[in-house]
Amino acid sequence: MTTLTAKLRDWQLALPLALAFAALFLAPLLLLLGVTFFNDDRMTQPGLAQWAKFFGDPFNYKVIADTLLLGVKTVAATLIVGYPLALVFVDLSPRWQRVLLFVIVMPLLLSVVVRTFAWIVVLGHEGLVNTLLLRLGVITEPLKLLQTELGLVISLTQIEMPLMLLPLISVMSRLEPNLRDAAAALGASRWRTLFTVILPLSMPGLVAGCLLVFASSTTAFISQTVIGGVRLIYLPLVIWQQSLVVFNWPLAAVASMALLVSILTVIAALSWLGRRASGAVHG
Amino acid sequence: MGRRRSFSDIGYSFVIGGLALLALVIIVTPVVVVLAMSFGEGQSLKFPPTGFTFRWYAELFDASQSRQIHRAVGNSLEVAALSTLFGVLLGALGALGLSRSRSKAARLGESLFMSPLVLPGIAFGLAALMYFTFIGLRPSLGLIVAGHMIVTVPFILRTTGASLSQLDPALNDSSQSLGAAWLYTLRRVTLPLIAPGIAAGAFLAFMSSIDNVPVSLFLSTARTDMLPIRMWGMMESSLDVRIAAISGVLIAAAFVLMLLMEWTVGLTRRMRD
Repeated sequence: MTTLTAKLRDWQLALPLALAFAALFLAPLLLLLGVTFFNDDRMTQPGLAQWAKFFGDPFNYKVIADTLLLGVKTVAATLIVGYPLALVFVDLSPRWQRVLLFVIVMPLLLSVVVRTFAWIVVLGHEGLVNTLLLRLGVITEPLKLLQTELGLVISLTQIEMPLMLLPLISVMSRLEPNLRDAAAALGASRWRTLFTVILPLSMPGLVAGCLLVFASSTTAFISQTVIGGVRLIYLPLVIWQQSLVVFNWPLAAVASMALLVSILTVIAALSWLGRRASGAVHG
Repeated sequence: MGRRRSFSDIGYSFVIGGLALLALVIIVTPVVVVLAMSFGEGQSLKFPPTGFTFRWYAELFDASQSRQIHRAVGNSLEVAALSTLFGVLLGALGALGLSRSRSKAARLGESLFMSPLVLPGIAFGLAALMYFTFIGLRPSLGLIVAGHMIVTVPFILRTTGASLSQLDPALNDSSQSLGAAWLYTLRRVTLPLIAPGIAAGAFLAFMSSIDNVPVSLFLSTARTDMLPIRMWGMMESSLDVRIAAISGVLIAAAFVLMLLMEWTVGLTRRMRD
């Protein structure tokens, strides 16, 4: 009797949250899907016209591909510089680990708009990078970095870096420190230890970091529009334009579903790969 | 180790150390640059700035010159406080419920509650706008609170869940076998032990609400302007160095709050676990 009431009580504790998610999360998303099946922007005629319109336009395929590619490039960039930082982190004394963790987390708590603004100053025509390179004599003309994909990827690398580092550090600090000494004692070079021991074991953190960075960078509307400018078009801009400028809600809903489904597909594929990779090590 | 360091090992230190240094430079530079800009005299975004002035801060704090910004800050703070409050109530209870159940439904619920972290925020923002319009609600701060609560509650669930998983179940059992009622155990044993976890999550949720763009973009109006949306407008329309001053204030606030949370609840340690 007591166990039954206890069970009910425990389960019921999550009920308010579940109801809130049903009313404020699932219902809106279902409605979003429903709205896509209207032909006109006044939503009177049901039909598939907006799907046909969105997917009939080759330009939109390019926008989807560019959006996903932006995510992939940002993931690659955060991984290339973030993974070594995580490797260095685990070797530090606890005291320095605290300091470094503070530095890593700090940008995460700074507004995305502030970070985006900062990169305008850094990458601008008379910004830090151009001033520095001109004075060093590396270039004679200021580089155009704003409103280019390169500039956007550099900015997103900083903006999303904490999302990559936190899961990586979390997994890597739990690795057995003797593993590396054992590999070294057996004659493995540090490179070989990295690629055959540390990398496979840190796969869960690596995959989690990639997922978060990918999801966040593909939907980073402010950074994409402010640093990317008007000529680099990604899905969030299309969604915003169609819904709040053109007021074609069905088309905006179709574009949202395209973003949602493509991001979730990549995430599902990544987590499947991650499970396989870590399964291969542990199993 | 008696082994001599080979060329490849020296190369390893060089490459890994170099990339890690690059990562640090990329993380820190923009923050320093914005702080420097906010004290510069120039009207342009030229770096390095010339001169030293508090002019932008003075303009920012001046009530008549920056009325819209002040209102946006007020709205953002109000929404963040309320959405965090509701998030803590629902999220802490939810984490308790989920931690005690090993059923499939509980795991499914957990994935659902965490999904706002990876779902494109802009799609949810649009969905929320359509939904509230269809059920006939007019734009208000209350609706923004509801939207922010959904996208920030995962932070509270995660840190609370982590502290719950480190809780010794024997504590609970012994309290109950000593005759303590269920509610008494929760209040006197469980809650005090998981309070730092809840606090860390609440802090992250609050900061993430202040920072939220996708939901506010769709749900805020001219009357219910939010700070990030106002700053975005300032960046898009004209070059306004007050943005650097706002950034300076936000950097200082985040820094102080973070130090405070670090000392009281060990924030960074909770974020890596």
